[in-house]
Amino acid sequence: MTAVTTQRQVDDRGRTGRFPTAGPVRSRALTKLTRRLPGRLLTLVLLIAVIYPLVWLFLGSLKSQSDYLNSPSYSLPAHWMWGNYKDAWVTGNLGTYIRNSVTAVLPALALVILLGSAAGFALQVMKWRLSRTVMLLFLAGIMVPSQMILLPLFTIYFQAGLTGSLWPLIITYTATGLPLTVFMLATYFRAVPREVIESAAIDGAGIFRVFFSIALPMVRNAILTVALVQFFFMWNDLLVALTFTNSNNLRTVQVGLLNFTGEFGSIQYGPLFAAICITVFGTLVLFVALNRQVMKGLTGGAVKG
Amino acid sequence: MNEFLGNRRAIATLVGPALLIYTAVMLVPVFWTAGYSFTSGNAITGYHFVGLANFRQLLADPSVGTALWFTVRYGVVLTIGQVAAGYLLALFYVFVLRQASALVRTLIFFPIVLPTVAVALMFQNLFSIAPVNGPVNSLLNAVGYHSVDWFGSAGNAFWIIIIMDIWRSMGFYAVLLYTGLLDIPETTIEAARIDGATGLRLVRHIVLPLSFPVLLSAVIFSINGTLKVFDSILALTNGGPGSATTPLTLYMFNTSFSYGEYGYGATIALLLTVICLVVTVALYRWSRTGTPEAAQ
Repeated sequence: MTAVTTQRQVDDRGRTGRFPTAGPVRSRALTKLTRRLPGRLLTLVLLIAVIYPLVWLFLGSLKSQSDYLNSPSYSLPAHWMWGNYKDAWVTGNLGTYIRNSVTAVLPALALVILLGSAAGFALQVMKWRLSRTVMLLFLAGIMVPSQMILLPLFTIYFQAGLTGSLWPLIITYTATGLPLTVFMLATYFRAVPREVIESAAIDGAGIFRVFFSIALPMVRNAILTVALVQFFFMWNDLLVALTFTNSNNLRTVQVGLLNFTGEFGSIQYGPLFAAICITVFGTLVLFVALNRQVMKGLTGGAVKG
Repeated sequence: MNEFLGNRRAIATLVGPALLIYTAVMLVPVFWTAGYSFTSGNAITGYHFVGLANFRQLLADPSVGTALWFTVRYGVVLTIGQVAAGYLLALFYVFVLRQASALVRTLIFFPIVLPTVAVALMFQNLFSIAPVNGPVNSLLNAVGYHSVDWFGSAGNAFWIIIIMDIWRSMGFYAVLLYTGLLDIPETTIEAARIDGATGLRLVRHIVLPLSFPVLLSAVIFSINGTLKVFDSILALTNGGPGSATTPLTLYMFNTSFSYGEYGYGATIALLLTVICLVVTVALYRWSRTGTPEAAQ
């Protein structure tokens, strides 16, 4: 409370210093308004810059082809063509692409979290001689660009007969997701108090029991955060998916969107915009539901990586 | 206790699977790719040893020069642009909006999670000229200017990429830097205010030096990202017009998969990796000398 009041006083003093004539209540309210106005305006401009393109996208997704081509870009749809969404989903194969993305991303995500947390636990909590070396080895992986591993993987998957399935995506996503996951989770395991682990061991719990029943539940918020970060990396990936999906019915959402116009022969703006909208608003729903964790995870990953 | 936490079999079971997959799918292929750079051919035709021919080609290839120059310009301009935009936003949150900034922070943050391809397609149409003017050209017409073919010239296309990336990332950098600004003790700022520092002087002499560590990590993160840029450029300009906006990542991809030259593609990938390594190590050392307390 005291901090707030002192701040007020300083503010007021500063203000009267700058506007020596400001005395009566009315002009003070006016100065307050003019002081706040630029901030409000700037906020408005920023929000329009971020939100307007998406509103325009949504309106475009409901326009017919001739409506989109002939009426001004800011106009509302002449007829609200909800059928564009069905076209995008069925004719545009977006339904298939989304199913492929889910099939590739969810197993990879589960594997990354399971293997990454186990490795992070062993590297951070357990005591062994090479742990620092192995950690550095994982850290090096954060720096390596995916281009450096694509060509041999292409050969391996080709030789192993995995091309023509989604396995190459699952395997590659798992491996490329591990370095950052291991590193982030290892830092979170540092916060688990030694005493808790020691007392569990004294009570007779085995090390795996300690890991699954004590350490993992204690970092479950961190796991959600890291999982969200990895989810967005995998879901939004284009490079790996483009390299390993050679047939139309294996395409993920991003590859499908990139080739979307091809499905209709020529660009059909309504269905194209509808497809973009589905992918954009799908991610948006996830973000709205879990925005605190997403923001914490993405910025946390940046500071650490 | 040491025996309990030093159980070798348990360590192997916990670290083993992750390490195995990581080694097989990332570490081994890195050296494998390095091996490919001495060969010519691809997965279908097979490979044959060509010695240093790919490296000679790399040195003489004008496309490599173009790609490197693009990567440098893109990296410098975008890093300055997005970190500066993020920092200004963060200052705006802390000093102007204060407690009211939570919703604004969240709203301006969210474009970073949107799929890059979707965002790129959206920007393509926002800036389109044919078959119909996008909103940007419509706006230009409305204030009396002619429509611009934004993707027709190298200079314009470059700036559209920058604008798109800043649109996507400014809210992200703002939140990143905002948490850094919050770490500055309130009392320090109050003390400076009482001593008469206001507005720009306060920022220049008090806030900026104190937020240097977090600015540094933002710059490092940004540079690492710009070196690896691929998705957004492929979807927005596909490297065009011509190869004016083709970074090394895309040039490697096209060489390998459009032209089937795996050997030369591997050489370009190797160059890219070496650049990433050198830049990362340089930034790491610089960040250590730049902030003495971070070296602890």
